[in-house]
Amino acid sequence: MSEMNQAMIEKYRSNFLQEVEANVEEGHWVKMCMQCGVCSGSCPMENNWDHPPQELFMMIRANKRDEVLSSSSMWMCTSCYNCIARCPRGLPITHIMHGLASYGKRMGLAPKEQPTVKFGDIFWKSIVENGRVNELKIGVGLYFMNGFVQGIKNALAGKELGLAMMKTKRMNPMEYFGGHKCKDRSGIAKMLAKAAEFEAEHVAKFGK
Amino acid sequence: MAKKEYSFYPGCSSQSKASADNFMRSANAMCDALDIQLNEIDDWNCCGASIGYAGGSEIPRLSLSARNIALSKQQQGDKDIVAPCAACWIATREAEDRVNENAHVREGINAALGEIGLKVEPNQMPKTRHMVEVLMEDIGIDAIAKGVTNPLEGVKIAGYVGCQTNRPFGIAGESFENPQYLDQMIEACGAEALNRYEKKVSCCSGALMFSEPQKGQALVKDIIEAAYDGGADMIVTPCQLCQMNVESYQRDINKTFKTKFEMPVVYYSQLIALAYGKSASEAALDGQIIRAKKLEEKAK
Repeated sequence: MSEMNQAMIEKYRSNFLQEVEANVEEGHWVKMCMQCGVCSGSCPMENNWDHPPQELFMMIRANKRDEVLSSSSMWMCTSCYNCIARCPRGLPITHIMHGLASYGKRMGLAPKEQPTVKFGDIFWKSIVENGRVNELKIGVGLYFMNGFVQGIKNALAGKELGLAMMKTKRMNPMEYFGGHKCKDRSGIAKMLAKAAEFEAEHVAKFGK
Repeated sequence: MAKKEYSFYPGCSSQSKASADNFMRSANAMCDALDIQLNEIDDWNCCGASIGYAGGSEIPRLSLSARNIALSKQQQGDKDIVAPCAACWIATREAEDRVNENAHVREGINAALGEIGLKVEPNQMPKTRHMVEVLMEDIGIDAIAKGVTNPLEGVKIAGYVGCQTNRPFGIAGESFENPQYLDQMIEACGAEALNRYEKKVSCCSGALMFSEPQKGQALVKDIIEAAYDGGADMIVTPCQLCQMNVESYQRDINKTFKTKFEMPVVYYSQLIALAYGKSASEAALDGQIIRAKKLEEKAK
């Protein structure tokens, strides 16, 4: 690597805001936050996060990289878009929350054993494999994501709901052995692999 | 009314024997009544839904929607795409916006689509619209009211719009805080809409109901309670995930919060189908976990 590149890396080493702007979905908006807190007041999960959105934005400016990227706060987002609808500065906060969560995961900093992190992987796997969501397999995966014993407990607890869904023809037990899927599954897998490859190639390197 | 035709993106939950099977059956009855023809996009894929970000990052996730847009354009030209699911609708619209506005994302998406011989071009994609937009804008609330042959008189309904049908895009001319269209649909069908339903645009917790059930159930409890407070016989919603979340966990909520909820949660499509004289089975009332008995009594 040339000396100039090295100098650039040094310059950005401690600048998490620039990293967010370069690598996080809609991250270039973060600097526009004026700390009014309307997002916090509009969030349905207000009792459940460690840091409300405007605090995360200030932490980004204050260079608290690991604290932000390893926080579970973004993973509390229900995607209700209330913060986007109400933000007086027009920040796409929902997208930034998703982007921070996703980037934290890419950097290996997402909280371990966080249920939405795990659920997200189960959900995405269904899309990559089938092109469509297999609701039954996702449901079963969800029951068993914390181990076999807990899975059996969950499945028993959810039995009545499962039966009700079947009775009302809103769940098909045969879905477990196949079910709805796209025809061009190999094409979809190739497309997604290419998209991931393009994105990985364009992640700007910062810090360590 | 002349027949209206659209490209149709049903989404995963509306497939046969999936969680919104009852929506799709009633929507077919509704579209038959309103002379709407939906031409399904061949081999459409999942939009990634609102939880897609957790497993798939920006460009893979948006490529999914871009593929649907490109397929629709290839198969059905510039015909509007109609999505009845809020998550499908906004994911597709977000992909369209991002392709139009962000050259880097566009380049990535087209590199991905190139693998399967497709591409999307800025400002040349078909429009993606919610089913509710079609009803309000292309048919119109007055025309819907005019065709009612079986008014659902005496049924009091809480119009629960929820989040994603309402934000960030919403229905043109409606406010985010107190949209009126769902109440208008209830009234057009001859039923009574709850005045000032406090939780009209509150969040049902979306996909977090699955990963964080306690937190999700706490939100849904308030949504149901507010409907009871207003004297509602049932809740109606335009959203498949809202329907599932608000209806099907009432047993768990009753256990946790010592409540005695038994509140039916139906779709607007079921109301319209019934009001147009369709049968209980055509309106998929047998798809309710908590039976909407007052509607069953009204059905022809």
